[in-house]
Amino acid sequence: MPVVDLDTGDNHSTSIGLSDAAYDAGSLPSLLPIYYKYIFPFGPYCKWLQYGSSSTSRSEFSHREFSFTLQNDIYVRYQSFTNQQELEKELQRMNPCKIDIGAIYSHPPKDHNKFHSGTFKALTKELVFDIDMTDYDDVRKCCQGAEICIKCWTLMKIAIKVLHRALTEDFGFSHILWVYSGRRGVHCWVCDSKARTLSAHARSAIVEYLSLIQGGNLEKRVALKEPVHPYIRNCLDVVKTYWLEYGLKTQDILGNDNDVDKVLKLIPDANIRDELSKDFKSSSSSSIERWSKLRESCSKVFNLDKKNRKVKYAALEIMLEYCFPRLDVNVSKGVNHLLKSPFCVHPKTGRVCVPIDVENVDSFDPFDVPTISELCFQVEKNNEKTAGDSIAESTPKKARVCHLYKKTRLQDYMLVFDKFLSKLLQEDCKTNAIEASDLKGDF
Amino acid sequence: MQFGGTPKQAVRRRNRRLQLNANLDDCSYPHNLMMYNDPPTMNITLQEFEAFAFERVKVLHYLDSLSVSAVKNSQTYNAKLTEFLRKNYPGFLLQNGGDRDVSEAELEWRRRDHISHFILRLAYCKSEELRRWFLEKELDLFKFRFLQESMNSVQSFLRQNNLTYTPISDDEKERFRPFLTKISLEVTEAALEKTFFYRVPFVEVLNLVSSRRVFLYQGDAFVPQKEFLSIISNQFREHLSKALTLTARSLPELEEDDRLLPILCSFNKNALSTAYDPKRNEGKVSVNDLDDMSQTSYPLCMRQLHRALKDTHHLRHWGRMQYGLFLKGIGVTLEESLKFWRQELGKGIGEDKFDKEHAYNIRHNYGKEGKRTNYTPYSCMTIITKNPPAAQDHHGCPFKHTSPDLLRQKLRSYKTSNDVIDEITDLVKGQHFQIACQKYFEYTHKLEDSSFQVTHPNHYFDESQKILKDEKVPRQQNNQDKNVTKFAPNWSMPNSQKEDKSNLTEEKKFNNEWEDSTLEQMMMEYSEE
Repeated sequence: MPVVDLDTGDNHSTSIGLSDAAYDAGSLPSLLPIYYKYIFPFGPYCKWLQYGSSSTSRSEFSHREFSFTLQNDIYVRYQSFTNQQELEKELQRMNPCKIDIGAIYSHPPKDHNKFHSGTFKALTKELVFDIDMTDYDDVRKCCQGAEICIKCWTLMKIAIKVLHRALTEDFGFSHILWVYSGRRGVHCWVCDSKARTLSAHARSAIVEYLSLIQGGNLEKRVALKEPVHPYIRNCLDVVKTYWLEYGLKTQDILGNDNDVDKVLKLIPDANIRDELSKDFKSSSSSSIERWSKLRESCSKVFNLDKKNRKVKYAALEIMLEYCFPRLDVNVSKGVNHLLKSPFCVHPKTGRVCVPIDVENVDSFDPFDVPTISELCFQVEKNNEKTAGDSIAESTPKKARVCHLYKKTRLQDYMLVFDKFLSKLLQEDCKTNAIEASDLKGDF
Repeated sequence: MQFGGTPKQAVRRRNRRLQLNANLDDCSYPHNLMMYNDPPTMNITLQEFEAFAFERVKVLHYLDSLSVSAVKNSQTYNAKLTEFLRKNYPGFLLQNGGDRDVSEAELEWRRRDHISHFILRLAYCKSEELRRWFLEKELDLFKFRFLQESMNSVQSFLRQNNLTYTPISDDEKERFRPFLTKISLEVTEAALEKTFFYRVPFVEVLNLVSSRRVFLYQGDAFVPQKEFLSIISNQFREHLSKALTLTARSLPELEEDDRLLPILCSFNKNALSTAYDPKRNEGKVSVNDLDDMSQTSYPLCMRQLHRALKDTHHLRHWGRMQYGLFLKGIGVTLEESLKFWRQELGKGIGEDKFDKEHAYNIRHNYGKEGKRTNYTPYSCMTIITKNPPAAQDHHGCPFKHTSPDLLRQKLRSYKTSNDVIDEITDLVKGQHFQIACQKYFEYTHKLEDSSFQVTHPNHYFDESQKILKDEKVPRQQNNQDKNVTKFAPNWSMPNSQKEDKSNLTEEKKFNNEWEDSTLEQMMMEYSEE
């Protein structure tokens, strides 16, 4: 299939065979060069990481650690770049399978060997969260491990809504970027400057505030104590909106006998357990009917003895156990922790790590996220169309190239990123303007 | 604060310094609680130096052992601590009198408090682990003493330390009423009127945030009066942490002093007695024996990890760390360890992937990569308090991190008798995890009542092996009793009493003055500006 080389304008046939857009992991090495040359949105990406650096603080970008995973699983750390150009060039040279973003250090990471281990240190980094579907394996029937489906994806929707509300309303953060991890989870980047300067201790504390699920080998992970904190009440509000559809219909948590046993184990009252067990196993009622019965039994017992606090919240505890966000504190705790960069390509699925519009969480479909092969295919096709187009010819080649992603499906997701970015830069502009006027002494 | 200086300056300072027992007035110690902002500037004898420090260290060590068996600030904890302090350091039980005049004796106690704290800073600033230990114990002590004070006393303490906060207005309280009443059992609708709330940035009360004991709004925490301790503790902790780091940096200058160094070293040796020297058993264990040993000599935590590894051929990070370092401690060499992990993890992810992803980390643990730290196996304290296991993890302390029902089930599957299981369950309920482990050790080794206290999985293993190999009767391992060091200073004559100076020769006089000035100089240098 003839293809115009966008740099030289030559025609030549492609050796890639992009005749259809289905992704196959074997073709990744040949697709990545195209991706990094024509699709990766360097402009907005670097604008983000520069945080609107004014002339006084260029170090935001140049002191940032990146790490690359290359072909053959070679992993290189402490990469750093002075500007967008350098980053572009390096990515186009190395074509890494994966890029991680680390902290902003006291010195350019690529020079780290020149410094005594005491002087070179991580200074700031975004507050990040990683929510991984494998952490929910014990409460989802439809899939296990790396597999996800549209049914259990609801868990991610719940997690995003719960966390986003808490981060904005409780903690007062405003610049939050949610990104699809490419396969089985989501990442959250909190980019406020207040967030970037948080200590490891503060980050741990935030995760603990947000967490409800106890780890370890427990049979019952959630125990609500009086009084129930407003944060948990807010979470319950979110979970309730999904419970009927997700818990009772798609996950069908009281469907068969095994499921029933699993759920009943979470009720801390042997009488109720026995009663419901007999009832459910002898009838063929639906999960919805059974859930009603379960709630009734618990409230009946509680109404008889208001001191029996154990059953008061039993039903809510079950809902939370099945739906509440499960966070990995180790990802969020460390200021120097490396997390996969947005706009990476996941090698197993080929999907791009795209931003998620938090205002429209319910309509995000992880199975509709563009793959790298689809995007490369689109770019090639578009190029055929514009080849020979006079307007396209008159635009400088460089300008054409860096906006090519806008003509692919990636642009739908870039709108989300653009919104996030403009809000972020507005804020930084304000702070920079204040700094500048302070320096000038002009109020 | 002056830093360093020439001998001339030292002489000048010496001439300006406060005399012993003079100038001890309310101004230097306005409150019996202190934030230890400024170092002491008077003279003390070497005897006092060692004695003051020793007294305080005893208290800190007692706090340490108490925290294993009682929940902090619970009634039992407070009662036991009060009892101990009554006998050993009544000065810490003094409450601030407020407006009444402070007695000589009370001032003397405050002075000792002040000096001993700063001496221990020198002793405990050298390593990260020591600093952390010291910080935690001082914080525990501070909190205990703070809670003894009356409201008025607290207010004056806050004022003196420039920690003033303004309570929120009634309007704000009204606005947030539905939320403020849903935080703690004490602040009910009725009590809301009388409770003061302070709106502070959430970073100032992280421990309240992490346990959800405050209402958060737009990055601010609404802290009720009672929880003020958290704000203060945070300040205390931050301040002390910075100070310790600074002290550590100035420490090299102390290296040349051979009077103070031995004293200082003897204190922190005890604090780390629970650390395990990995070289002790090197080469003694082969990986073929691990299965058997996991059932006979491993503590439960390691047996759990070994089992999980063998069954699933997979362990997550902290599980690999906890178990891997334990293996190093029991004597598995690097080569054997690599062989073992490759065999087990290899069955899960394939040997190639093992080489790529895990071999480096194992070599790192043995100190063969990176900055070549020879990591020590985790102690019980570390396992119990750090890195709580998440849903798919198998590390941690089974007595703490496994639910009681599952623990019973597990013990039953290991053929433990029901009586012992009941005993263990009771101990676990009372949060006595290490004692529960001890009970299990006694049961499995058919001992009546040993005084072996479990503080480290590798100690457990060593003791077990000794018994099984019939080497020794279980010895009285008293890791908890750190008061073993008798007060036996090894210098000859204390000689810096001013009154006696007229009897000394010129030479001795000069030596005394030099010694005193170095102490003072040191105190000045090791403070913050």
